[in-house]
Amino acid sequence: MRRPASWHVATVTEVAAETPTARRIVLDVPTWPGNDAGSHLDIRLTAPDGYQAQRSYSIASAGEGTRVVLAVDEVPGGEVSPFLVHELSVGDQVELHGPLGAFFVWRAPEQGDTMPAPVQLIAGGSGVVPLYAMLSAHAAAGDATEFRLLYSVRTPADVFFRQELDALMGVDYIYTRQTPEGWPSPAGRITREALAAAALPAERSPRIFVCGPTPFVETVANWLVELGHPTTSIRTERFGGS
Amino acid sequence: MSFITRGFSGRGRERDDRLPPGQTLVEDWPVLSAGVTPQIDPEDWSFEITDETGTEHRWNWDQMQALGLEDITVDIHCVTHWSKLGMSWRGVSLDKVFENVESEYDYVMAHSYGGYTTNIPLDDLLDGKAWIAFEANGEPLDPEHGGPVRLLVPHLYFWKSAKWLRGMTMMPTDDPGFWEQSGYHIHGDPWLEERYW
Amino acid sequence: MQHLDGNVLAGPLAELFAFDATMASARCGGCGAVELLATAMVYRDAMGTVARCAHCDHVLMTIVEANGRTWVSLPGAVLRAG
Repeated sequence: MRRPASWHVATVTEVAAETPTARRIVLDVPTWPGNDAGSHLDIRLTAPDGYQAQRSYSIASAGEGTRVVLAVDEVPGGEVSPFLVHELSVGDQVELHGPLGAFFVWRAPEQGDTMPAPVQLIAGGSGVVPLYAMLSAHAAAGDATEFRLLYSVRTPADVFFRQELDALMGVDYIYTRQTPEGWPSPAGRITREALAAAALPAERSPRIFVCGPTPFVETVANWLVELGHPTTSIRTERFGGS
Repeated sequence: MSFITRGFSGRGRERDDRLPPGQTLVEDWPVLSAGVTPQIDPEDWSFEITDETGTEHRWNWDQMQALGLEDITVDIHCVTHWSKLGMSWRGVSLDKVFENVESEYDYVMAHSYGGYTTNIPLDDLLDGKAWIAFEANGEPLDPEHGGPVRLLVPHLYFWKSAKWLRGMTMMPTDDPGFWEQSGYHIHGDPWLEERYW
Repeated sequence: MQHLDGNVLAGPLAELFAFDATMASARCGGCGAVELLATAMVYRDAMGTVARCAHCDHVLMTIVEANGRTWVSLPGAVLRAG
C-alpha cells in the first residue's frame, strides 16, 4: 500500500523514560496515513529566530492509525535529541515529515505469497527501534514466518522495549558492558562467532535487517557475507548521532 | 507553514555586531565534511599551479614553506552561519606563490586531495587576501580541519578555503566547483550574503 | 561524524519525486555499478547531503536544503525508477 510522505503536525500525548538515556514519545498525528514497520520520519524543530534543525527517527509503531510511537536516545552534545529527551512535554506540538523509507521495511506476507523466507533482525543499541517495529508488527499480524532478533546492547538497563520483548519469542541478547546476574557469558562486544551462533545460518536463506551505529552495522554486515549470506539478503540502516 | 517549537532554541548562538549578516559567533571550530578525511603525509604533499599553456609550477612542503611563512589573524565565516573572530593562522601568501606564474586567465579552480573543488577569481586570491595555510591556533592543521595544508581565503565564505589543498588550475571563466554546482553561490561574499543561487 | 546510508535520502527527496527515491536504482558515473540509492554512503552535515557510490566513492548526488528551497545535483549518477 503506497503511503506518500507529507508534513504533519503531531501532538505529544505521552512521554516516559525508556532507558537512562532514552525516552519513549507517543504522538497523536491526525493526518497520519499509517506506516510500514521499519519506516522513519523527520522531525523539524524551529527556534524563535527562525533557525531550524531536522533529524530522522525510526518509528517504533506500525500499521494503520494516528498513534505514532518513537523511542529517542540522547546523543551527548546533540542539538535535537537532548531537546526531545528532556524538554519536549505532553501537549507540545512538533512538525514531522513521513512516513519515509521503503527500503528498510517489513510487510507481512500477503494471502497467496509463496513460502516466505525466515527473518533475522540484528540490532545495535538504539538500532533496535525499527526492528522492534518489525517484530511487533509480525506478532500482531499472527504471521507464521520465523523471526529472530539478535540485540546487542550495553547493559540490561539500556534495553529498549524490555517488557514488550520479554513477551515475544526469538530474542537473543549480547551485553557489551554489563550482563544480567547469572548470565552464562561475560560482557563483551559482539564477535563473529557469537553472530554465527545466534543468527539464522545461510542455509536457511534468511532475509536480514541490520540497524545501529555505522561501525556496528558495517562490521556485522561484513561478517554476514563472510558467513555465506548473499548481499542481496541483507538490508542495512546506519544511525548517526546528534 | 512552520511554527516555533516550544522550548527549542538550537545551540544558543551568540550574535555580534562585528559579524556579517546572518552569522553567529562560535567558540568551538565545527567540522563539516562531504566524505572520508584524506590522510596526507607532509613528505608526500605537493602543490601545483597549472596554467593555460599546461605549464605546472610545483612546490613540495619545504619549497612552499621556503617562500616565507607569515602569521596572521583573521575572521572566518561559514555559510552554515557560524563565524570565528580573531583566529590566528600561519601560511604563505598567495602573492608569493603567484609571483612567477603568468597567466591570461582570471579565474582559479582550487583542487583538493579527495576530489573537492572550488572556484575563485584570481583577484580574490592576490593583494594580501589569501594564504596557503599550515597552522591554525598555533598548531599544525589537523586532517579534519583540512591539514596538512589548506587554502585560506577569509574574506569569502569558508567553503572557498579548500581543505587538503593539492593544486590550482587557471581558468578563463568562473566555472563552478563542487558546492557551487550543488546550490551555493558562485562568489560567496559573506558581507553581501552570497550564500546560494 | 560517521557516514550514514541512502535511507536518509527519503525525506529530502520526498518533495521532488512521486515515489520513494531510495528505491530508485542509481548507476554510478565513476564505476558503472547499479545499486539502490538506499545503499549509497551518505555524508550529511550543515552544508548539505552528499551521496557517494558504496563501491568507488564517486559522488552520485548532492542535496542542499536552505531557506525552504532544495537543490539536487546528480553530478555522477543516472537514476532509474522502477
